[in-house]
Amino acid sequence: MAVAAVGAAFVLLPLVAMVTRVNWAEFVPLVTSESSLDALGLSLRTSLTATALCVLLGVPMAVVLARTEFWGQRILRSLVLLPLVLPPVVGGIALLYTFGRRGLLGQSFEALGVTVAFSTTAVVIAQTFVALPFLVLSLEGALRAVGTRYEAVGATLGARPTTVLRRITLPLVVPALVSGAVLSFARALGEFGATLAFAGSLQGVTRTLPLEIYLQRETDPDAAVALSLVLVVVAVVVVAAAHQAGRSGGARLRGPS
Amino acid sequence: MLRTTRRRAVLAFAVLGAAAVVVLSGCAAGGAAQPAATVPGSEAPSASASGLDGLITVFAAASLKGTFTELADEFEAEHPGVSVELVFAGSSDLVTQITEGAPADVFASADERNMAKLVDEALITPDAPVDFATNVLQIAVPPTNPQGVETLADLAAAGVATVVCAPQVPCGAATAAVESAAGIDIAPVSEESSVTDVLGKVTSGEADAGLVYVTDVTAAGDAVRGIAFPESAEAVNVYPIAPVADGRNPEVAVAFIDFVTGSRGRAVLGAAGFGAAGTETAP
Repeated sequence: MAVAAVGAAFVLLPLVAMVTRVNWAEFVPLVTSESSLDALGLSLRTSLTATALCVLLGVPMAVVLARTEFWGQRILRSLVLLPLVLPPVVGGIALLYTFGRRGLLGQSFEALGVTVAFSTTAVVIAQTFVALPFLVLSLEGALRAVGTRYEAVGATLGARPTTVLRRITLPLVVPALVSGAVLSFARALGEFGATLAFAGSLQGVTRTLPLEIYLQRETDPDAAVALSLVLVVVAVVVVAAAHQAGRSGGARLRGPS
Repeated sequence: MLRTTRRRAVLAFAVLGAAAVVVLSGCAAGGAAQPAATVPGSEAPSASASGLDGLITVFAAASLKGTFTELADEFEAEHPGVSVELVFAGSSDLVTQITEGAPADVFASADERNMAKLVDEALITPDAPVDFATNVLQIAVPPTNPQGVETLADLAAAGVATVVCAPQVPCGAATAAVESAAGIDIAPVSEESSVTDVLGKVTSGEADAGLVYVTDVTAAGDAVRGIAFPESAEAVNVYPIAPVADGRNPEVAVAFIDFVTGSRGRAVLGAAGFGAAGTETAP
């Protein structure tokens, strides 16, 4: 218990310390300045897009990793989870060499008239890259925990594999999908290093909230603290909302069955 | 079942604790190892010859990394009893650290504004700062110069992807000054938080051009080509250095500052591309 309390204090105390430094008299003007609102809007838009991409790409990945077996699967899983342990700046450099103007794919994109460098697309790519493992990891864990019994029953009753996936497998893991998506969203919202190294920083285009905070700190620490608080509040609201959604989703599933 | 859970929890705490110990001892070792490594050659007699010994910590702007590392080595060789610990970061980060109580004996800033902050905090006496170097902007382009940039005005041309520093940081303020001096308005594709990030975008070929300091171009070697432009004289960045008021070793701190502002310091700084500070500009 005592150690748990120390752990909780370790997480909460820095947040409390930050709140004590907020300049409340100037708080509203600081967080509603044009550059702050641009950064917040951009962060929400790009993080939501990145979360959608994570679901789109991550669900098939998790299903394949949890439900099939093939040679090299363990190695593949470790590699897929690599962005989780990679320092974000390293991820940014890797993305630069992939999607940059001189990168592996960047040159083909350039030929097609698509420029990723310094665009909002680059921000979404960076966020998706770092957030994807969170979705894959939580969904794959849930798929393994649920097991294949219900799926097997469905199949013996004549359901096709796609029907099994749609009617049995996915509904069973909705709570995990929601919490995985929330984790991905939170990670995308906080993404900093890869964006800085890969996308650049321009108001309204690539300067997300964490980059704005980093920049404001140079001249206006009050603004940086105020924006940090906004970021924390957004993150807490999202996590709480998703927790609620996950619980009701789970309840709905348990109800009829 | 319960037992395994509990055992696992204990194990987790043990791992956490071990990690904390490793991290903490790592910090301690890091702090102690550096001076220890430089001290071994210390023969007591020669140390007393110059009358200087002990450790000083120098907080210096990131752009001084190459030159100050070299100068600190030479200073230690000249004064065997002395060891110089160097900390490099952005000037405003260093100011924050010193204000929050980091132990510094000398502060070398990349601009006068950050030095003034410490004077305001009474951590540096008002007449202590001495200007020791200057730095001006230069255009950095990839070696191939894909857009054929030759002048500052070329950066404002359509189709030239230019990266600059954000106005909030010193190199961005200098950028704004040269833009207004030249009467042009550059529409950058990115406004970075540090000059290092600007240079990175140019060396990686993402940007066609960037505005960085001449010393960054020198340090980058063949990775970029530097183009000097006359308007750079409108935004000369002055580097001041000063002893921190409650430093632990003021004699050595002053001796190190004398060394940096002396002939050897000027030679090393000059070779790296820094300009000499006009003696009359010192307050």
